[in-house]
Amino acid sequence: MTAGTGNFANAVLHPDAALPAGLTDGNGQPAGRRFNVLRNNVASSLGEALRTGFPVITKLLGTENMKAIAAMYLRAHPPRSPVLSAFGTDLPEFLAGLPQLSHLGYLPDIARLELALRASYHAADAPALDPSRLTELSPQDLTEATLSFTPSLRLMRSRWPIHAIWLRNTQDDAPKPEAAPQDVLITRREFDPTPHLLPPGGADWIAAVSNGKSLGDALDIAKAAAPDFDPASTLAILLRGNALTSLTLKDQRP
Amino acid sequence: MSNTAKTLAVASAVAAALAAQGTTATAQSKEKCYGVSLAGQNDCAAGPGTTCAGTSTVDYQGNAWTLVDTGTCSDIDLPEMADGTEREGSLEPLERDLPA
Repeated sequence: MTAGTGNFANAVLHPDAALPAGLTDGNGQPAGRRFNVLRNNVASSLGEALRTGFPVITKLLGTENMKAIAAMYLRAHPPRSPVLSAFGTDLPEFLAGLPQLSHLGYLPDIARLELALRASYHAADAPALDPSRLTELSPQDLTEATLSFTPSLRLMRSRWPIHAIWLRNTQDDAPKPEAAPQDVLITRREFDPTPHLLPPGGADWIAAVSNGKSLGDALDIAKAAAPDFDPASTLAILLRGNALTSLTLKDQRP
Repeated sequence: MSNTAKTLAVASAVAAALAAQGTTATAQSKEKCYGVSLAGQNDCAAGPGTTCAGTSTVDYQGNAWTLVDTGTCSDIDLPEMADGTEREGSLEPLERDLPA
């Protein structure tokens, strides 16, 4: 970026900044009013992008509050990429740093969940593992096997009831959230990502499998965190979400 | 956990997960259903910078779609149109209710 465009970008985002030098309208007059139209359009479109990307945060805070927060955010964290769908990735930390919102401790994690859903949507496709591959193995081979996940899978752990809060604000008949830590697994079966609530130990198991642990070793790790953990329901979420891409037997590994 | 118990636990969990997956696989299948979304409520998780999120500007816009359970599209109850004609969802984009 040249110094000229840097000044220009700074002037666009800051209403009090001086006009970029040399800007004139068609009659050779200073283009102050026209430049203000551009300033307004940029701030307005970035604010709208933030509300589009964080619908639950916007609902929790209210549209007017979200507009005020967007006005601060877009100046503190202007776009780093020309891709508008990448805008807003610093919002969780920004919300966490606002003293006015410190009583809503769950907000940053809800923003992280909404970012993870968006990232899952834009992640690459991958062909799913044929589930019959799992049925043709002996129990011993299964226990020693490792699994690979699709790029659209996202795991999120929170000390807040993020899944319940998300449901409550996206579905009409969802129950009122109760205070509890919740871990969420995002799968994308076809086009749209879905957040699933994981049982205690589920996130430990997913993380271990994701790190290349065998199914048996991952079970040991998950049971150390949650002694009653049974991988069946977590594995069912993965299978329903077309989230497994390959299975590797012990003797196929390097 | 002994190795035998662990092997059994993994194998039975895989069997249970496959059984659960088999019974729900068909019910999970989605299709695009046009003309049933409320204004700004059509499905899209793409976020900003795309043309799809919340772009329908009138209720039940005929060319906006939302994902519904396969086979339920035409079962969704919709209010009658202003002239009393019944609305039905459709698997194809519709010509009615387009933004002016």
